[in-house]
Amino acid sequence: MAFIPHTAADIEEMLAAIGVASIEQLFEEIPPALRTRNLPAVPSALNEMQIGRLMMQRALADGQPLSFLGAGAYEHHIPAAVWAITTRGEFYSAYTPYQAEASQGTLQTIYEFQTMIASLTGMQAANASLYDGASAFAEAVLMAVRLNRKSESLRVLVPRTVHPHYRLAARSITANQEIRLEELDYARESGRTSREALERYAGEDIAALAIQQPNFFGVLEDVDALSTWAQSRSIPIIAIVNPVSLALLKPPGEWGGGADIVVGEGQPLGVPLSSGGPYFGFLATRMQHVRQMPGRVVGRTLDLAGRPGFTLTLQAREQHIRRGRATSNICTNQGLLVTAATIYMSLMGPQGLERVASASHERARELIAAITQVPGVRAAFTSPFFHEAVVRLDRPVAPLLAALAERDILGGLDLTGSYPELGNALLTCATETKTSADIERFASELRAVLSSAT
Amino acid sequence: MQPQPEKLIFEYSRSGRGATDQWPPTAATPPAIPESLRRARPPLLPEVSELDAVRHFTRLSQLNFSIDTHFYPLGSCTMKYNPKACNAFAMLPQFLARHPLAPESHGQGVLACLHELQEMLKAVTGMQAVALGPMAGAQGEFAGVAMIRAYHRARGDQARTEIIVPEAAHGTNPATATMCGCSVREIPVDADGDVSLEALRSAVSERTAGIMLTNPSTLGVFERRIVEVAAIVHGAGGLLYYDGANLNAILGKVRPGDMGFDVIHVNLHKTFSTPHGGGGPGSGAVGVSARLEPFLPVPIVVRDADRYRWLSEADRPQSIGRLSAFAGNTGVLLRAYVYMRLLGREGMRQVGECATLNANYLLARLTEAGFDAAYPKRRASHELIVTLKRQARELDVTAMDFAKRLLDYGVHAPTTYFPLLVPECLLIEPTETESRETLDRFVEIMVRIQREAEQDAERVRGAPHTMVVRRLDDVRAAKQLDLTWKPTV
Repeated sequence: MAFIPHTAADIEEMLAAIGVASIEQLFEEIPPALRTRNLPAVPSALNEMQIGRLMMQRALADGQPLSFLGAGAYEHHIPAAVWAITTRGEFYSAYTPYQAEASQGTLQTIYEFQTMIASLTGMQAANASLYDGASAFAEAVLMAVRLNRKSESLRVLVPRTVHPHYRLAARSITANQEIRLEELDYARESGRTSREALERYAGEDIAALAIQQPNFFGVLEDVDALSTWAQSRSIPIIAIVNPVSLALLKPPGEWGGGADIVVGEGQPLGVPLSSGGPYFGFLATRMQHVRQMPGRVVGRTLDLAGRPGFTLTLQAREQHIRRGRATSNICTNQGLLVTAATIYMSLMGPQGLERVASASHERARELIAAITQVPGVRAAFTSPFFHEAVVRLDRPVAPLLAALAERDILGGLDLTGSYPELGNALLTCATETKTSADIERFASELRAVLSSAT
Repeated sequence: MQPQPEKLIFEYSRSGRGATDQWPPTAATPPAIPESLRRARPPLLPEVSELDAVRHFTRLSQLNFSIDTHFYPLGSCTMKYNPKACNAFAMLPQFLARHPLAPESHGQGVLACLHELQEMLKAVTGMQAVALGPMAGAQGEFAGVAMIRAYHRARGDQARTEIIVPEAAHGTNPATATMCGCSVREIPVDADGDVSLEALRSAVSERTAGIMLTNPSTLGVFERRIVEVAAIVHGAGGLLYYDGANLNAILGKVRPGDMGFDVIHVNLHKTFSTPHGGGGPGSGAVGVSARLEPFLPVPIVVRDADRYRWLSEADRPQSIGRLSAFAGNTGVLLRAYVYMRLLGREGMRQVGECATLNANYLLARLTEAGFDAAYPKRRASHELIVTLKRQARELDVTAMDFAKRLLDYGVHAPTTYFPLLVPECLLIEPTETESRETLDRFVEIMVRIQREAEQDAERVRGAPHTMVVRRLDDVRAAKQLDLTWKPTV
């Protein structure tokens, strides 16, 4: 029980060695009034067979609908090798690599990961991960404010085209440090951050500007124009990017004069959707900013015999050394997911990743073309998009999605709540996992549902 | 046999290679993306066959110590066995495939697991409400302190911005306080490891937002006067935050809610055996008393009759908000759920009992073998501290040296140099899943290293000798930063 190996005989002998008569004596320092007698609200133990059966039932209850959902988490094929290796006990049940000599596997994997992320983002250094894209964005805001010593304002410009949940999480995480996140509106026709809205801040003291590419609508922003605007005013740029898209798109290191901090959600790189987590956030930056990076970072060095090896470095930034003056309180990060992503990127390589990005882009174009053929559905924006896009409908989205769900199709995300000005708007996505047959099925079910309703 | 170093993956690259069977076919049409936004040069990713990648990462894994392969008595980390069943069931294909924004109609299974997990965590911690969103202990701490601040502000009290922490606290505690815009006030612990009540009475004021405590403390001993500590802090108008890092010591035996804590976080990757994964993912689920419930981070699962659904910002206007894009580390939560169902109420209690038994057994055997316990007059909780300051002084062999020599004997070192209060310390946490033979062997090895320290100190100071690398130059690592591989040509 409870994976405890002791027999009654073991326990007896151990108690004798300690010199006590019972296990209860070991708890004698705890005031009796505090001791729990039992836990009636916790069910009795199940064995593995029983819990296995229950979990199977529950998994089946959730089904496996055909999904066209994106909005920050993307379905991509994950080669079987990725999780076969990642769940090896030596990776799965290892700890944070504090004893470097006994953790070279983990440390080297992270070093390889840092190399890949830095290159993908066009930056010079990357950390060993943060929790997810949204909290990474929050950490980037805090980092940008620390870096920008010239600014006194603590005002950070965040376009409305940044993922709504990223904006909410950043607000929760930075609010107590008096940082003000100010929203920039988008142009209604293009779906891109509005140049006019940005110009209103022309003479102001701004601590940083965030740019998401592709943005939440899937639309491609004019990153050079936005970057140049910020750089000409010495405003640091926080880029929020999709790592798979970076196989096709110009990386933030090359936007205008280059972004200062790049973050994003790493889930598309070999991490399953799993109802939202565990994922991982990545953060990359310029070499001169590394001492302000939050989170762990691995460096290569030499051992006593002059051979190369890997170790956690720049630990003076972190909570276990700097305590109240640390760059962040983060300790545990998302190591296992980083392992999976590194294996994924190694399997796919630059060409494979480009194929995934291109195929996803192509499927999404096919998807939008097919569903905008259905009466009552039209594209919301005129701009190029990566692998998701917004369509407008002639009737409310929620009942439509419910009807599709009954047909085991998840059509996308209803934007009515977060962008009411768009009217009945749906954000829909296709990746390389969708076939033409899938898209045809979606289009025909959509047509059926729209024509049968009043 | 000495393990062989493994090249960097990039060093296996050959132009044009890749796991080509995994690549989608080339797109039929060119991308509809303006040239000015296109990537000009491919990223530096490996170009290797699938087999090369598989061999590389398999060999890398073999360079690690892990619970599956080695005794790993890292204090405060709770390196207990990670049951394979937890992984297998959390990774059922339908759970893996579900999108975070999928409708509740297609989520009753996972939501049932999450709701039941919330309920079980409430029961074992004695708290009124639980939120599962925070993705690690540190994020749980952030949520907790943010809730304390929100609570005081909601009462109209803007003055409470000080967080009290014992000097032995884990670094995340003061770091969290700073992230929440609070100042930190440290108080000493006395010679027996308890928080000084006198110091606490002087430290509390109308500026006190709350105190952050671990119990058993980071010194490996139970805070015996916790009830008085709670009375002092509550009496001054502050709240009590419980850092759940050491919950394994008291699981099923004592509940933080009963000790007077207002808000807690639980480390699911410690007490509830979700995998450490080489540095995460973790989960820092938070529990609160009734008065803090409105401030819990969203989303939270609720049950209406027999349907489960999410509560979000709109349902909880006073919430401190969300801390992630979606619902947190759901896959980790499913593993914790399976683990708690496998334990059941009887198993919880046995965990607390045997974790404590194992630590006290080690304490007895190590002190009998001549090692110095940091708190010899106290019972160990689920962990114990041995100080090697005598060895450092008399033999010039430090805790670091012992730690590195342990690696040569196939044991992962305990936590070293934490807590900072105890010089040359080893914080040793065996956990309940280790057999008596493993513990006896650990004592034997420690005795052997002690003898080596007396007779051949250089051997210990130069350890490890049998790992893939010798001791690494940390100073060089920080001074000559090499954080990414660069091609030589």
